[in-house]
Amino acid sequence: METVTLHNISKTYGKGATPALKDVSFSVNKGELFGLIGPDGAGKSTIFRILTTLLLADEGTATVGGLDVVKDYHRIRSSVGYMPGRFSLYQDLTIEENLTFFATLFGTTVAANYELIKDIYRQIAPFKDRRAGKLSGGMKQKLALCCALVHKPEVLFLDEPTTGVDAVSRREFWDMLQQLKQQGITIVVSTPYMDEARRCERIALIQAGSILSIDTPDAIINAYPGQLYALKAAHIPHLLNDVRGFEGVGQCYAAGEYLHMVFRSGSEEHLLAFLEGKGHKDIILKKIKPDIEDCFIRLLTTTHQ
Amino acid sequence: MNERAIVCKGLTKRFGDFIAVNNISFDVDQGEIFGFLGANGAGKTTAMRMLCGLSYPTSGEAAVAGYNVFKQQEAIKRNIGYMSQKFSLYESLTVKENIRFYGGVYGLSDRQLKEKGDELITQLGMENEVKKMVGSLPLGWKQKLAFSVAIIHQPRIVFLDEPTGGVDPVTRRQFWDLIYAAAEKGITIFVTTHYMDEAEYCNRISIMVDGRIDALDTPANLKQQFRATSMDEVFYALARSAKRSAD
Repeated sequence: METVTLHNISKTYGKGATPALKDVSFSVNKGELFGLIGPDGAGKSTIFRILTTLLLADEGTATVGGLDVVKDYHRIRSSVGYMPGRFSLYQDLTIEENLTFFATLFGTTVAANYELIKDIYRQIAPFKDRRAGKLSGGMKQKLALCCALVHKPEVLFLDEPTTGVDAVSRREFWDMLQQLKQQGITIVVSTPYMDEARRCERIALIQAGSILSIDTPDAIINAYPGQLYALKAAHIPHLLNDVRGFEGVGQCYAAGEYLHMVFRSGSEEHLLAFLEGKGHKDIILKKIKPDIEDCFIRLLTTTHQ
Repeated sequence: MNERAIVCKGLTKRFGDFIAVNNISFDVDQGEIFGFLGANGAGKTTAMRMLCGLSYPTSGEAAVAGYNVFKQQEAIKRNIGYMSQKFSLYESLTVKENIRFYGGVYGLSDRQLKEKGDELITQLGMENEVKKMVGSLPLGWKQKLAFSVAIIHQPRIVFLDEPTGGVDPVTRRQFWDLIYAAAEKGITIFVTTHYMDEAEYCNRISIMVDGRIDALDTPANLKQQFRATSMDEVFYALARSAKRSAD
C-alpha cells in the first residue's frame, strides 16, 4: 500500500526563478524507510514542505495517508510528524516542556505514546530540566525526533536530520530510525550524505529539482554500467592529473584513499605502462563494486553532458 | 622563511572551569594539506580561532606563518586566508564586486586586483557569471569562488572550516582540485570536514576528542594503527570514547 504519493509535482519560487522541483513523481510504501538523497538546493526541503501541507505545488498532485495535500491539509497535519532542517523547537523551554507542549498541541499526552519514544527519550531524560537552547547538537536532534513522534504519527518526515552532526551521532541516529521502522511507522528522510543511503530500503537520488533514479540501494548499484576500478599510487594529485591525460580513461575522480575510474577504450596493461612511464611508484589498480556516490556521480555527469 | 606554517605547543583555552582546548601540540609544514578532525564540541573551532588570531590562548604557545598568537595577531590575519561553510561571500554583491572587496581588504593594489581577479575568473570558468549576484549562484560555485577569494592575496596558510558541507559529490571533487592546486603552489591547507573520504585526501590528520588531540598521523598510518579499513572506522573508534558533547 502506498502511504505517500507524488504525481508530476513542479514548483518554482517566484517568477523567472530556476524551478525548485521539475515534474517529480514517486511513492513510498507503508512502513517503508525511504531516503531522498541529494546535495543542498536539490529540492529535498521543497518536497517535504509540499507533503506536510506547508507549501502549495504549482502543478501536480500529492497524497499522504490517502489524503490530498490540498483538500485534506487539516487532517494530514494531525497525522504526520515533521522534523524540519532547521532546529525549530522552543529554545527557552526545557526538554520536558517542549515535549509536553507538542503532545498537548496534538491533543494527546506524553504518557499516552511513551512506548514509541521511550528508547530515544531515555537518552536525554537525565537533562529534562535543561533548556533546549543549551543542548548539544546530538541532544537537540533526539529531542526534535521525540517531539515529532509524540502524537504517534503515521508518517514521519525528517529533513536532513544528520546535517552538521558528527559521524558518531549520525550513526546512532540511523540506528534509532531502524528501531522506529520496526514499530511500523513510514519514514521519509533526506540527507546530503551519500553513505547514509545504505541505511534506507529505497532511495531517490535527486539533483537540481529532478529525480535521477529511484530504487533500492542494491539495485541502483547493480545498474551501474561497465566496470569501475580503484587506482592508487604514491602521489595521488599527480596521478589524478596523469590519468585524466590518458585517452583510454573515461571518468576519473578522487574517492578517499583511491581514485575511481572507468575505461573508455584503454586496457589495464596500457594504463599501467603509461603510468610507470610517467614515473609513478607503488601503483595499485583493481576492479571494485561502485557505491551510491559513484552512481550519483555517473548520473550527474551523464545527465549534464 | 620559516619552514613550518604552524607550530603549536601546549595550546590551551579555558572558559571558566571548562577546558575547551586542552594542551594540544602539533606542527604543520609549509605546503602541507592538514586535516583537522573531531566530533562536534571536541574543540576544533576554539583551536582554529586561536590559530587565526581571533582569540587569546589561556596558556601554551603557537606561531602561525611565523607570527606569535599572543603578540602578533594582526600580522597573522594578514598572512592567512579563511573560509567557512557559513560565512563566505556577500550574497548581494556581484562576483566581481566580491573579488574587489576582499582583494581590497587584503591590501591588493588596483593592478594586482585586476590581474588576480581575471586569473581567478578564468581558472573557475566563471566568465559569464562576473556580473551576477553571488546569491544567485549554486552553492558549489559559491564555495569554489569563496575559496579562490580566500587565497587571492597568496597567504601562507588558508583555514577552511567545513568548506564542502552539503555540496554535491561532483562539485566537492572540483573543490578538492582547487585545494590540490593551491597546495602545489605552496599554500598550506588547514581543513575541517565531516566527510571521511576527504580526510583521506590530506597529507596528515589530527583527530580531537574532548579538547585533546588523540591521534595525529598520515591516513595510512592511522588506519594501520587502529586496524581499520577506512578513516570512518578510525574516527568512530576515537570519537566514541568522547565524554563530552556540545556545539
